[in-house]
Amino acid sequence: MAHHDTLTGAEILLKALVDQGVEVIFGYPGGAVLPIYDELFKQNRLRHVLVRHEQAAVHAAEGYARSTGKVGCVLVTSGPGATNAVTGLADALCDSVPLVCLTGQVPTHLIGNDAFQEADITGITRPCTKHNYLVKDVADLARTVHEAFHVARSGRPGPVLVDLPKDVIQNKGEYQAPSKVKSKYKPQVKGDLKAIEKAVEMIAHAKRPIFYVGGGVVNSGPAACQLLTQFVRMTGYPCTLTLMGLGAFPGSDPLFLGMLGMHGTVEANMAMHDCDLMINIGARFDDRVTGRVNGFSPNSKKIHVDIDPSSINKNVVVDLSVVGDCAHVLEDMIKVWKAKQCRVNEKALKEWWKAIDEWRAMDCLAFENSNKLIKPQYAIQRIYELTRHRNPYICTEVGQHQMWAAQHLKFDLPHHWLTSGGLGTMGYGMPAAMGVQMAHPEALVIDIAGESSIQMNIQEIATLVQHRLPVKVVILNNQYMGMVRQWQELIHGGRYSESHMNHHPDFVKLAEAFGAVGLRAEKPSEVDGVIKEMMAVDRPVIVEMRTDASENVFPMIMPGMAHNEMVLGPEDKSRDKSGSEEDGMVLV
Amino acid sequence: MTKAVEEIQRHTIAVLVDNESGVLARVIGLFSGRGYNIESLTVAEVDSHDKLSRITIVTSGTAMIIEQIKNQLRRLVPVHKVHDLTIEGPHVARELALIKVVAGGEKRVESLRIADIFRARAIDSTNESFVFEVVGSTEKVDAFINLMEPLGLADVSRTGVVAIARGPNPI
Repeated sequence: MAHHDTLTGAEILLKALVDQGVEVIFGYPGGAVLPIYDELFKQNRLRHVLVRHEQAAVHAAEGYARSTGKVGCVLVTSGPGATNAVTGLADALCDSVPLVCLTGQVPTHLIGNDAFQEADITGITRPCTKHNYLVKDVADLARTVHEAFHVARSGRPGPVLVDLPKDVIQNKGEYQAPSKVKSKYKPQVKGDLKAIEKAVEMIAHAKRPIFYVGGGVVNSGPAACQLLTQFVRMTGYPCTLTLMGLGAFPGSDPLFLGMLGMHGTVEANMAMHDCDLMINIGARFDDRVTGRVNGFSPNSKKIHVDIDPSSINKNVVVDLSVVGDCAHVLEDMIKVWKAKQCRVNEKALKEWWKAIDEWRAMDCLAFENSNKLIKPQYAIQRIYELTRHRNPYICTEVGQHQMWAAQHLKFDLPHHWLTSGGLGTMGYGMPAAMGVQMAHPEALVIDIAGESSIQMNIQEIATLVQHRLPVKVVILNNQYMGMVRQWQELIHGGRYSESHMNHHPDFVKLAEAFGAVGLRAEKPSEVDGVIKEMMAVDRPVIVEMRTDASENVFPMIMPGMAHNEMVLGPEDKSRDKSGSEEDGMVLV
Repeated sequence: MTKAVEEIQRHTIAVLVDNESGVLARVIGLFSGRGYNIESLTVAEVDSHDKLSRITIVTSGTAMIIEQIKNQLRRLVPVHKVHDLTIEGPHVARELALIKVVAGGEKRVESLRIADIFRARAIDSTNESFVFEVVGSTEKVDAFINLMEPLGLADVSRTGVVAIARGPNPI
């Protein structure tokens, strides 16, 4: 019996994507996905961004997802197409980015036969996706795609992969609308009210409190960020943010202490160490944040709010946990706070701020500027000052430039800061910026890069040019893999093993060869000029800034050390007496 | 951290999962990827209507690790229920083993005698061998195998532990 609504698998797939709100797909065609590309050709509701390498497709989808709060969508072919996407998926899993990655697969009858461009991608990606599916029957296709989107965006977000054998997308079947699909996956979003009441009571009675806030609040959405800001301001307590949390609380607010952790500020880390109550909202006690765990905030009670129960008591044992979505929990906390007419301990809080202000007065991010060499911190400060009126989206690669950007840029809005935090993926930034620019065509999108990271996905300049995405890439070229060189200097006796690249392309000519605009600054006096010029051009721009090669990121908590054992700068002798060289070599 | 928290304990965990391809790989991959121990793992479909399988895992770790294991298992999309039978009240646990003993003369007679004490059944016999089936706790099965060792133990196949809570309540 021929149904009038019988469709091919490829048609079902695209219909499902449209019904899931997908507008843009980042992808790369190949043999196994040709029927899907054929359907894409015939329609105009879904736009497709043709990348130059599948890893970039995933990072671009991450950029799209993190700057919009929607699920990013990737389409790649089987075998190498799929394996190239693996790094992006691992990155998205670490940083809780909602993605659906569609991979082609050889026809079902060839699976397991070592067919051409066959890879067991569900096997390969099992530990680096939130979940994955192999669709073996076109009858399951629509339901599986809908469920994949549901899983990607629900609870703690993450990447979901759907593997599509070629016969499944060619066979005919029936479409099911999202409303007809019921998923059994239902993570808890409302926090336990008793625990929330207890938390509020602890918060009200604290003498030296601190809010330690992470990417969970950003992922929860703009409402969560507003509620957080409201609650922090109601209490008048200090607030620090993780690398992933930047933007969740306004960077210009006097209650903000800056980022914490390995390269966090003195005031944030010391306040974490000396606090009597830590209120962790949507952060995961990552090792880059805690430093040595047995020296981590030894005298505090700890509250942990997280949507993922497995984050609780994983690295640090807490006194009170609330499992739930940050927005829901914060809303309840504010309600309870108001209902109980809670008051903070003004006298104690005044003392606490006095201590914090002393740490603040150390001005730990200060650096000695130069009028001969471009200091990387100076370059980033100028980018901030000259672009802030346009509320730019800032992406980064991974390394020193990333940490300087995190330290010196202030974000008053969430979803404007995109960086690879958990996995630390060099080559993340430019593709992520592509995704951001696709989602926000009018916005200023900047990728702050190092000369090493940028070369990991340099081919994507072609994508920027082809799709007329006017992303601005600022390469801080210090001739070294800067963070590797820094660790070698501080921990490995100055033996700069393979961290120096003594040949780099001429980035200006390279940009021009791709059809983009290339600019260069070699002296501090040229910095403002190139930034203004890059902003004035409505095309992709690659700016190379030749920066001081010897600059290191400070403050720094050396590996194996605690928050109160920061190294403040090159002159700080504590790095010699730490005796942590061997421990440091073991830790990453 | 107190000593009690760091003490390594053995736990038996029952996990109800969708019986779909790859689900066992997800569970095993979680244990190997995160460095948890598996002392025993059994799996079979228990509900053909709803296509559910039950996995029984015997694992060991500190209280913090055991809590992590359970939370990580709950995170897997096809996992429906995770119950720690060790802390949720009394439970019964059994294991079945098939044990091949090759011997003649007095050893052959002795193996039969011990099998009788353990209520093991000979389910296959030839002139020079027996296959015994023994059911019981892991300790009982271990003891039986140890006693068979000098009597011509040739081959062992064990199911691993299956366990269920005592009393009227289902998982």
